[in-house]
Parts: sequence; C-alpha cells; structure tokens
Amino acid sequence: MFILIIGCGRVGSAVARKALEAGHEVSVLDRDPLSHERLDREQMTWEDAGGRFTVGAALDIDGLIEAGIERSDVFLAATSGDNTNLVIAQIAQRRFKVPRVVVRVADPGRAAWYQEQGLHTICPTQVAIDQAQKVALAP
Amino acid sequence: MYVIIAGAGKVGWNLARELIAKDREVTVIESDHNRFRVVEDELEHAVQYGDATELWVLERAGIERANLVIAVTGDDEDNILICQVAKEKYGCQRIVARVNNPRNLQHFKLLGIQPAVSATDLILRLIEHEVPEYGLIQLLALEEEHLEIIELEVGEGCEADGKRVQDIDLPDGSLIISVLRGGVGFVPKADSVIEAGDQVLLILDPGLEAEITLQFAPTGASASA
Repeated sequence: MFILIIGCGRVGSAVARKALEAGHEVSVLDRDPLSHERLDREQMTWEDAGGRFTVGAALDIDGLIEAGIERSDVFLAATSGDNTNLVIAQIAQRRFKVPRVVVRVADPGRAAWYQEQGLHTICPTQVAIDQAQKVALAP
Repeated sequence: MYVIIAGAGKVGWNLARELIAKDREVTVIESDHNRFRVVEDELEHAVQYGDATELWVLERAGIERANLVIAVTGDDEDNILICQVAKEKYGCQRIVARVNNPRNLQHFKLLGIQPAVSATDLILRLIEHEVPEYGLIQLLALEEEHLEIIELEVGEGCEADGKRVQDIDLPDGSLIISVLRGGVGFVPKADSVIEAGDQVLLILDPGLEAEITLQFAPTGASASA
C-alpha cells in the first residue's frame, strides 16, 4: 500500500517507520525540515531505507500532490493541530478520494461528531480519559 | 436575529459594534485571553472567552438558536470548521467565513462553506473597478444562486454602440441593470440608448460572459477574439 502521513511528530514518525518496516510505500509531509530526524535510524537515513519526505504546509495542494496524495491508499492526518487535521482529512477524502482516511483529533467532542460524519477519527484524549477512569475507579 | 461571531480581531470586534448598534443580539467568541479582556471592557457580556472550534464553547454561546454565524478568526482551518459545524451539526441557516489566505479559498468551496469572503479578492475587484482596462469585471458572484453581476465598458463602434437597450442582442438569462455615464448612474429603460464609453452593469447566468462581450467589445477586438 501507499501510505501518506501528514505531520512528522511522535505519532506520525512512529507510524511511518512501522509502516515502512512492514513493507509499505511510505511518504511523510511536514512543514519543519528538522522533523526528518525522527525518521532516520542510526546507520541509515529515511530515504536510504526507502521512505519519502516532503517539506510543505499541510493545506498546500501542490505539496500534497508532490507527496503523492493522488495515488495514496491510506492518508493519516497527524499534525499537532486538530483543525488542520480535520480540514486536510476532508480534502483527502472528498477531493482526492483516498480510500482510507485516518485523522487524529485531540478534542473528544469533535472526534465523535466527525466520526459520525464518516471520518475515521482517533482521539488520544478519549483513550486517556477511558484508561484513567478504568484505573482510578477500579475497586 | 441572533448572531455569533468567532474571533474578536479588528474585523470581529467592529462587526460586533455595527451589529449591536443596529440592535442585533450578538455574542463574540475570542480564544486569546488578553484580547478577550480588552474587548470585554467595551462589549461586556456580548463577548465570551473560549475556542470557537470546540463544540461546548459554541453550545455555551447558544449556537442552537443562532440565525447567523460569522467566522472571522485569523486561521482559515478554524473558520472552515466553525462554519461547517454551525451549518451541518447545528443547522444554522446562514454562515459567513473569512478567507485569510486566498489560496485556501478552494478548500472553503470544497467543503461547501459559502459565502467565503477574502479581503485580498475584494481589494482586487476594487482595483479592477478603478482601472477598467480589463474590459469585463466581475463585481459579484452569487455561486449558490447561480447569478453574477458584471461590469463592461461599451467599446467604440461595437454592436451595442448607439442601440436602444431593447435592440441589443443579449442572450436569454442576462439583463442590463444600470448604466454609468460621465460618473452618473441610471437604470435604463427599453428605449434608453447605449453609447460608447458607458459602463454597463449586467446581471446574468454564469457562462454567458463570452456571448455578452461580443455585443460590447470594440468591433476589431471582437473579430480577433
């Protein structure tokens, strides 16, 4: 599969490396060139390992196309901004018809509503709430 | 009418002032605490502190009964989402969004956020209006209603030059709504005569521009076009 990941933070970079190890084609886009370091290994750069990296703003269509959105099978929106993630996820879904769109949303309220609207949302905050409740309220 | 304005920057604050002066009920939502306190000094209870992209903040502001939601923050993603949620989740009939970066206008359109207002575009239109060398100027496009208003300068010796309005061969779906001559505008009647140098405003279905231009462009230009 061709996997496009927007945002090379802790989540984006970790998923990218795992996906590449699993044999997928992986392209990462981030506006910060230094975020590339998160992808490199001790002895091998990300590119030598077969990955792709594009510097660009998430909302810039030219950058998304350069990163390969037109032939993506999976699109993961994992920038630090909920609103950016929700907008680019909908661009991927509606304009580029990417078959599987996954979006990270920190705000539980919107994560739930956009999930109902057909986006696959992942809400770390909700996971933390559920876990904390489970542990704190354990008998 | 109840209006919610997201963003208490220069645009949001002044909009709120104007609307309050017109006896509208207004709530402004501002996410920067310092800015909120400055604006609160003047607007008092008409401004609330919070991130307008969060649902509970919108609900606290009473989005369920809002007739109009205006998103004028400095962030295009925020403006898109505020309007999307207002329209699709809370059924707000009317929205207006500000476009900060004109390159993002395509995203507003893709997600059905209309009208989306871009200051850059408005200024460009004004420049075209003041410098009418482009021939045809689009003054207003009502995209959902499929109507637009354009301005044309009547060329010397063109098809329409010296003709009465009723004799100009305009396509169905277009209408001359006013004429500017010597700095004065008037609404023409069927027997008003159009002269070279007039600026003509037309309302039309989008797509008829080329046919209409044929009637008003100078003969040489239309032949070569």
